[in-house]
Amino acid sequence: MNWEVVIGLETHVQLTTASKIFSGSSTAFGAAPNTQASVVDLAMPGALPVMNKGAAERAVKFGLAIGANINRRSIFARKNYFYPDLPKGYQISQFETPIVQGGGLTITLDDGSTKFIELTRAHLEEDAGKSVHEQFDHESGVDLNRAGTPLLEIVTEPVMRSGKEAIAYAKALHNLVRYLDICDGNMQEGSFRCDVNVSVRPMGQKEFGTRREIKNLNSFKFMQQAIDYEVRWQIEQIEDGKKIVQATVLFNPDTGETRAMRTKEDAMDYRYFPDPDLPPLVIDDAMFDRIKASMPELPESKCARYMNEFKLSEYDARLLSQDRATSEFFETAVNAKADPKLVANWMLGELSASLNREEKTIEQSPIRPSQLAKLVIRVADGTLNNKKAKELLDHLWTAPPIAATFNMTLPAPTFGLAATVAPRQTEETDIDDVIEAKGLKQISDVGAIEKIVDEVLAKSSAQIADYKSGKEKALMSIVGMVMKASAGKANPAQVNELVKKKLS
Amino acid sequence: MSLSAQDIERIAHLARIRVSPDEVAQVQAKLEGIFKLIDDMQSVNTQGVEPMSHGLDMVLRLRDDAVTEVNQREKFQSNAPAAADGYFLVPKVIE
Repeated sequence: MNWEVVIGLETHVQLTTASKIFSGSSTAFGAAPNTQASVVDLAMPGALPVMNKGAAERAVKFGLAIGANINRRSIFARKNYFYPDLPKGYQISQFETPIVQGGGLTITLDDGSTKFIELTRAHLEEDAGKSVHEQFDHESGVDLNRAGTPLLEIVTEPVMRSGKEAIAYAKALHNLVRYLDICDGNMQEGSFRCDVNVSVRPMGQKEFGTRREIKNLNSFKFMQQAIDYEVRWQIEQIEDGKKIVQATVLFNPDTGETRAMRTKEDAMDYRYFPDPDLPPLVIDDAMFDRIKASMPELPESKCARYMNEFKLSEYDARLLSQDRATSEFFETAVNAKADPKLVANWMLGELSASLNREEKTIEQSPIRPSQLAKLVIRVADGTLNNKKAKELLDHLWTAPPIAATFNMTLPAPTFGLAATVAPRQTEETDIDDVIEAKGLKQISDVGAIEKIVDEVLAKSSAQIADYKSGKEKALMSIVGMVMKASAGKANPAQVNELVKKKLS
Repeated sequence: MSLSAQDIERIAHLARIRVSPDEVAQVQAKLEGIFKLIDDMQSVNTQGVEPMSHGLDMVLRLRDDAVTEVNQREKFQSNAPAAADGYFLVPKVIE
């Protein structure tokens, strides 16, 4: 039988506010236990929550980016359950009227096809604390530093039909929240946590199968493994005549298996009700307009602009616009007056290869955008041929004249091409110095090239004969020898032309 | 709305309130009284009235995003039943 996979995702996105959603405690990661927990976070009697404007702004920003309906009046509710890391006995969340409803985002799959993933909602809530079970023999330890950290829970409709689609969605969402600068995207630290609802059904069946929810996925790789395992497991169960029981399961990265944590039979009844401590959250026109005006240019429109303004291919434009750091690197180099197409070629070619080889992200690139711009300018003006430019890049990579790496403290990108980082004189000079010092300059002087060509031709009677008898390849071989004789510095186009002329 | 003894046990469990078997009938009667009150309110004609989520007609006050709290862990843990290495200690929670 053919089976269809049905997947929906719930993602907890930790917002980048400095303070918590309902208290003035810091949200910084990694502090000593309970040093960032105030009376509100500890649920001391009489302590009341006061909402953080920054959290509301980030939620609205997200809603605008995905074309959702922003509920200008949304309601906080209490989700009641008991656990030691939840001192109030309830989590403040949103239930019936979340701040963001609907909208969606477009994912691109490996084969280049696209699919629109509808979102159900995104709501604001507070995170719980953390329990540690290993550190003490007979007790569990509770750290409430994380309690009250603002989260945006983003929920999709069950519209994904394969693990690949789910991963593509998770990655697209991950990119988007970082583009918007509402989440740092750090999965290891739990800033971006995905829960995946998986079910299977016979192909063509209308009703959904019973779903199981996979939790504890802190990388895209684990997400893929967990979904693959879960799908296989569910199909086997059903084919063995067993029923799927609705459950929450944990993925074990060591075994690559998923295992039920709790079944829905003892499912909790959260008894949601509007929180009497918090009147409705209202986004007034002034606030709404201000957020709207502050929206950065998003990948889709950036991509279109790169194609229009810089005449890049759709493929290149997409690669350069899909994450914020890459697009900022590209635009900084282009603003330094480098040819956009050449910058694109070098970024997606040599630079990207070097980054991949050393498993570095673009933020960690030892080559700064202004340096790449200068290199590209020197290629365009004929100072460097491609071979020598590559040597220059390798040299800059290992011994950058400026020790600093490209850092991401650029101003928020704007819709136009505002200068992000001005080219620094020292770096430009340094690059020209390096070209000079390393003797990388291309020889374009006809006299000098002609001299080398003559020398080579004098020793190449066999190749000349081959060429004259119609073997085109012989020409390449002669050009190669000339290039070699010039230590790679001759202008290849000129050499080609000269050799041809001399042999005609 | 009438509640069964089972409903009472379930509600008590969810709220983590211990209700002994001989208290069930009493709690049941009280809760039914509350549900009766709700039924009475439900019978009021609210057509054309916008639903409210809060008793007061006001909106949420927002504060600027700034860290205003300092570490007061020692003070907060001084009256905790148990604490060690900066953690609050609770009976072992078996996952």
